Amino acid sequence: MDKTRNGAGWDTVIRPRHGWFDIDLKELVRYRDLILLLVKRNFTVLYKQTILGPAWVVIQPLLTTLVFTVVFGNIAGLPTDGMPKFLFYMGGNICWHYFANCLTVTSNTFITNRDVFGKVYFPRLCMPFATVLTELINFFVQYALFVVSVVWYATRPDPVIHPDWRLIALTPLMLLQLGVLGLGFGIIISALTTKYRDLAMLVTFGVHLWMYGTPVTYATSLIADKYPRLLGLYMVNPITPIIELFRAAYLGTKVYSYSYNLLSIGVTGLVFLLGVLLFSHTEKTFMDTV
Amino acid sequence: MAERLLEVEGVSKQYRLGMIGGGTLHGDLTSWFARVRGKEDPNTKIGMEHYAHNESFMALDNVSFNVDRGDAVALIGRNGAGKSTMLKLISRITAPTTGEIRIRGRVASLLEIGTGFHKELSGRDNIYLNGAILGMNRAETTRKIKEIIEFSEIEQFIDTPVKRYSSGMYVKLAFAVAAHLDPDVMICDEVLAVGDIAYQQKCLAKMSEIAREGRAVLYVSHNMRTVAQLCNRGLFLDRGQLKYDGTVERAIELYGGSGVRSIHQNLDVLPHPKRRGDTMRMLEIEFLNTQALEYEMDSTMEFRLKCIAHLPDPRLRIRLILKNSMATPIAMTQTEPFEVKAEEVFERRIRFPLDGLAPGEYIIKISIVSGNPRGKTNYYDTLEDVSRFVVTDDPALNAGFYWEERLWGNFRLQPLEMF
Repeated sequence: MDKTRNGAGWDTVIRPRHGWFDIDLKELVRYRDLILLLVKRNFTVLYKQTILGPAWVVIQPLLTTLVFTVVFGNIAGLPTDGMPKFLFYMGGNICWHYFANCLTVTSNTFITNRDVFGKVYFPRLCMPFATVLTELINFFVQYALFVVSVVWYATRPDPVIHPDWRLIALTPLMLLQLGVLGLGFGIIISALTTKYRDLAMLVTFGVHLWMYGTPVTYATSLIADKYPRLLGLYMVNPITPIIELFRAAYLGTKVYSYSYNLLSIGVTGLVFLLGVLLFSHTEKTFMDTV
Repeated sequence: MAERLLEVEGVSKQYRLGMIGGGTLHGDLTSWFARVRGKEDPNTKIGMEHYAHNESFMALDNVSFNVDRGDAVALIGRNGAGKSTMLKLISRITAPTTGEIRIRGRVASLLEIGTGFHKELSGRDNIYLNGAILGMNRAETTRKIKEIIEFSEIEQFIDTPVKRYSSGMYVKLAFAVAAHLDPDVMICDEVLAVGDIAYQQKCLAKMSEIAREGRAVLYVSHNMRTVAQLCNRGLFLDRGQLKYDGTVERAIELYGGSGVRSIHQNLDVLPHPKRRGDTMRMLEIEFLNTQALEYEMDSTMEFRLKCIAHLPDPRLRIRLILKNSMATPIAMTQTEPFEVKAEEVFERRIRFPLDGLAPGEYIIKISIVSGNPRGKTNYYDTLEDVSRFVVTDDPALNAGFYWEERLWGNFRLQPLEMF
C-alpha cells in the first residue's frame, strides 16, 4: 500500500507553469478522436448554418478569381506568364485562401474557445489542428473545381498549359506546408492576443497586405523583371515558393530555384516550432488573463 | 487503507489585480517608447510607481489535502473563499502559482455541464463530441452510448438538434455524458442547481454510487442539504486558506458560523470581484432586529448598510436580490433612488418586509446600482453572498401544513378564495 500512496505511479502531476519545452505531443495523439469530431462539427455546422451552405466554399474563391481576372488581368493587364488568366489566378487564389483561412481562424483560438477552455481541460492544440483539417476539406472542394478547369484547358487542341506530373505528385507536401505555416503563424498570434488584444484587429488587415507581397494577383516574373535585385528578398516570404511550385506543377510555369522551396520548408519548421512553444507556454495560464 | 487518488500539496494561486484584460500592444509600446526617451510613462496612474502590477490577491494560500478511494468530499466556503479556484486547478484549467497536485487515474470535471455542446448538432453527435472533450475516445463512447441515452431520459429526441431542446433536456443529456465517464475522481461545481427535482435526486444517487464504487467525488455547493446527503468528508475554506478538514457535519457548522450568519459584518475585507472600478464600495452591514438571522413568516428584516462613494450619483439605489438555498435568484427589491456626493461615506437603514416568503434558507445578494427604469443600469458594486437568513416554519400560519420547499417553492401566495 505504501508504494501506491507515496511512490511514483501518479498519472497526472500539476505544477506551476512549466518550462518552455514542456510539450506533451503524446497526449495530442491520445485525443485524436476529439480532433476528428471537432472537424466533423465544424463541417456540419458550416453546412447547416448558412443558406448557401457548402456552396459558399466554392462561390467565394470563384468570385475572387473572377474579380482578379477582370481587375488585374484585363484592366491592369498584369502578365500571367502566358497562362490562361482564369487558371493562373485561381491556382494562386485557392492556395492563398487555404493558408489565410488557417491563419485567421487559428489566430482566434483562445478568444473563440474561451468558454470551453475555461471549463474543461483537453490539449488546447486540438482546436487549431481541427481548424486546419477543416480548412483542408474546404480546400479540396475548391481544388476539385480547379482540377476540372486544368483538365479542360489541358485537353483542348494545342494547349497552353503543361501540367508536370512529377511536380503534381508533390501536392500533399505543398498542402502540408501551407497548412503548417497557417497553423504556425496562427497560434503564434493566438498566444500573443491573450496578452495584447489589439493584435487581433491587425491580423485581418495584415493578411490582406501579405497577399500583395505574394504572387497571387501577379506573376513572380514581374518582380524578377522589374526589380531583379529584390527577388531574393521577395522569395523569403515562405508562401511565395509554394504558390510558384503549385503553378509550375499544374500549369507548367517555370520555377526560379528549388533552393527557395528548401528555405521555405526551413521557415515553416521554424514557425511551427516557435508557434507550438509559445502556444504551450500560454495555454496553462491564459484563463487568468482572458 | 484505501488507495490515494489525489494529493494537493502546498498549493497557492495568486492573481494579479489591476492589469487584467487591459494589456494592449499599443499601451506597452507607448510605455516602452516613453522609457527609452527617459520620459514619464503615459500609462502610469498618477501617484503610482508602476502599473498596478504589484497589487495581487491570493485566491488560495498554501492548501494541502488528500482524497482517497471512496471519499465524497465537500468543499465548503462562502463566495471568494477559493473553492472554484481549487477545482479549476485540479481540472487543469489554469496552473497553480506554487505547489503541486498529483492525480491517479482519470479526472472528470463538471465545472459546467454541456461544455462544447453545439446547438446545431443532434443529441447523439453531441454525446460523442462532449465525451471526446471530457476525454473519452470514440470506441468508448460507442460502447456506452445506449446507457447514456437511457440515463438522459430523452431517447425520442436523441437525433434532434440540441437547439430545439428545452434547458432541462439539455442538462439531462449533458449530465448523462459526464456521469458515464467512469472517472476515478469526479469534480462537480453546483451543476445540480438546474434540472427538475426528480432528476437532481437521480444525479445525486449517481454521484454517491461513484463514491461507493471506490472512486472519489469532490463536490462544491452552497446547498448544504445536498452536501450533507452526498458527502462523507468536508473541507472548509475561508479566504483562500483551508481551515478545516474532517467530517462534513463539522464543516457545515463552521460554514454556518463563518460570518455568513453573523449579524454584524465587515464587508470591506471581503473580495469584491464584481466591483466596477473605484466607484462605490460596500463597507459594513448590520442586522438590527435579530439575534441569529431567523425570522418568522411575514415579519420584517431591518439592517443598516454602510458604503463609500468615490463619485457622485444623483440616482443611487440599493438593490437586494434574494436567492434560495440552491443559489437560484428568486426575487428582487430595491430602495428609492437617493443622492450621494463624491467621497461620501453613506449609511442607510433599510426595512425589508418578508411578506409571502416561504419558510426556508435564503441568501442575500446586494448591489449598489444607479440608473433610471428606461436607461442602462450601472452596477457599481455587487456582493453575491452577503448573508444568509432563515424564515422559520409555523404551521399555524399555513392552515396546519409544514412547508415543503422542494414541492412548493419559495413563495406563499394569498389563499385561494372561493366565490
